[in-house]
Amino acid sequence: MGDEPIISARDLCLEFHTRDGTVEALRNVSLDISRGDFVSLIGPSGCGKTTFLRVVAALETPTSGTVSVKGMSPDDARKARAYGYVFQAAGLYPWRTVSANVRLPLEIMGYGRGEREERVRNALELVELSAFGRRYPWQLSGGMQQRVSIARALAFNAEILLMDEPFGALDEIVRDRLNEQLLALWRKTGMTVLFVTHSIPEAVHLSTRIVVMSPRPGRITRIIDSPLPPERPLEIRDTPQFIEVAQGVRSGLREGHIED
Amino acid sequence: MRSILPVAVVVAAVIALWYAMAVVMNANWARDQAERAEVELTFGDLVRDTLSQERPRLPAPHQVAAEIWATTVEKKITSKRSLVHHGWITLSATVFGFAIGTALGILLAVGIIHSRAMNLSIMPWAIASQAVPILALAPMIIVVLYSIGVSGLLPKATISAYLSFFPVVVGMVSGFRSPDPMQFDLLRTYAASPFQAFWKLRVPASMPYLFTSLKVGVAASLVGAIVGELPTGAVAGLGARLLVGSYYGQTIQIWSALISAAVLAALLVGTVGLVQRVTLRRMGMQQ
Repeated sequence: MGDEPIISARDLCLEFHTRDGTVEALRNVSLDISRGDFVSLIGPSGCGKTTFLRVVAALETPTSGTVSVKGMSPDDARKARAYGYVFQAAGLYPWRTVSANVRLPLEIMGYGRGEREERVRNALELVELSAFGRRYPWQLSGGMQQRVSIARALAFNAEILLMDEPFGALDEIVRDRLNEQLLALWRKTGMTVLFVTHSIPEAVHLSTRIVVMSPRPGRITRIIDSPLPPERPLEIRDTPQFIEVAQGVRSGLREGHIED
Repeated sequence: MRSILPVAVVVAAVIALWYAMAVVMNANWARDQAERAEVELTFGDLVRDTLSQERPRLPAPHQVAAEIWATTVEKKITSKRSLVHHGWITLSATVFGFAIGTALGILLAVGIIHSRAMNLSIMPWAIASQAVPILALAPMIIVVLYSIGVSGLLPKATISAYLSFFPVVVGMVSGFRSPDPMQFDLLRTYAASPFQAFWKLRVPASMPYLFTSLKVGVAASLVGAIVGELPTGAVAGLGARLLVGSYYGQTIQIWSALISAAVLAALLVGTVGLVQRVTLRRMGMQQ
């Protein structure tokens, strides 16, 4: 089991039929993700990175090809609550306090009252928001709201965390801080993270593997294994090693464009 | 405090305009009377007369106020001439009909959002139902219900419900559908059932829509109850007061019933607003 990839996609194709014709969102995408990896999907809009994430989450059905998540079909994995999903917008319920928002998946999954409270406490601790449990979302900044939504995805201890441009709407200062927190959280939990972004520094800073994608049709153009050490303070962004990886990603992105 | 001044100014302007119109509209009658009695009317006499006629075309505000005072505070509630008595009869039909209409409206909205067939089939009928003039429909509802042995409160409440279910259906369909697709995707990732999605997401998200609809609905209910009282032979209720007043040219009585209905409507809408404020605050949705 040890070396078996936790997520595995083979020859994935997905076409959307719109009024303006057929859009090839994914063409022959194959990707293996190992347990405990932090994998970023990076590319310009329309490259299918979000679509791929949604296929893994069983929110979209591929036209052809196969995906397995923890050895199951994506839909079975969804029903087994194998992953937590973080959207671009925090999407907290305004009528629920921070704690009650984090409790939402636990209520739906039928956890007992005592366990619910403990899990909410742990999840809020992981995102350093323990003091804000009784607040309402509108009393929090955008970055804090997104941390609550991460806590919500962590609350039920799924092995996989799927993140769709979670920090895309935040300013760069907040984003850097959240990147550091996310790395610390990943190391602490040992989760497998699949992270969609369009920021090169973010992808290089966070990932153990970077998957570069390109649009029309959406496909993988390059996969880069990061040589960066596991300990990654923000200053790592100024090291030659970091810049070299970033250049690799950039040339991968450019390659995708030349083929257009 | 700042909001009181503009309201007071508007009220004062309305009353001033009302007095002016009363003088203008009742002047002909005053002049005719004076001519018949062969007396000259000074402007002062004319104004005094137009504001104190027994059956004026347009009664002056103080006449209406005096009539309302006389038929509420100074009359026993059990008296057939008490406005409180008539108001209560109208109010009970309104509230009963409003409850039926709201329940029906919510039920239909739940059906519409969960069933494609209901979505396509119910909405056109609901809209058509509101295009029929209620004044034409009310007597038929009363007659049909009477012929199967139903009379009293229920026929009036039926007309109230008929008017008030519509804003609730329209509002609640929008309310239940108001969460964005991302919210439904999120619940899908939890493998939540439609039942859970309904209670945990759709219902709380629809609350602001519900109260807006209820405000429109409760006012429509009152109109329904009053209209429902017109064809019953004008036995009791504010509608009956309106009808009796118009039979006998008792304009002061008509206006006092009208004002009472308006006050009642304001109280009903205000009550819904109060419940709205308390509920939304308790839900943390009012910032």
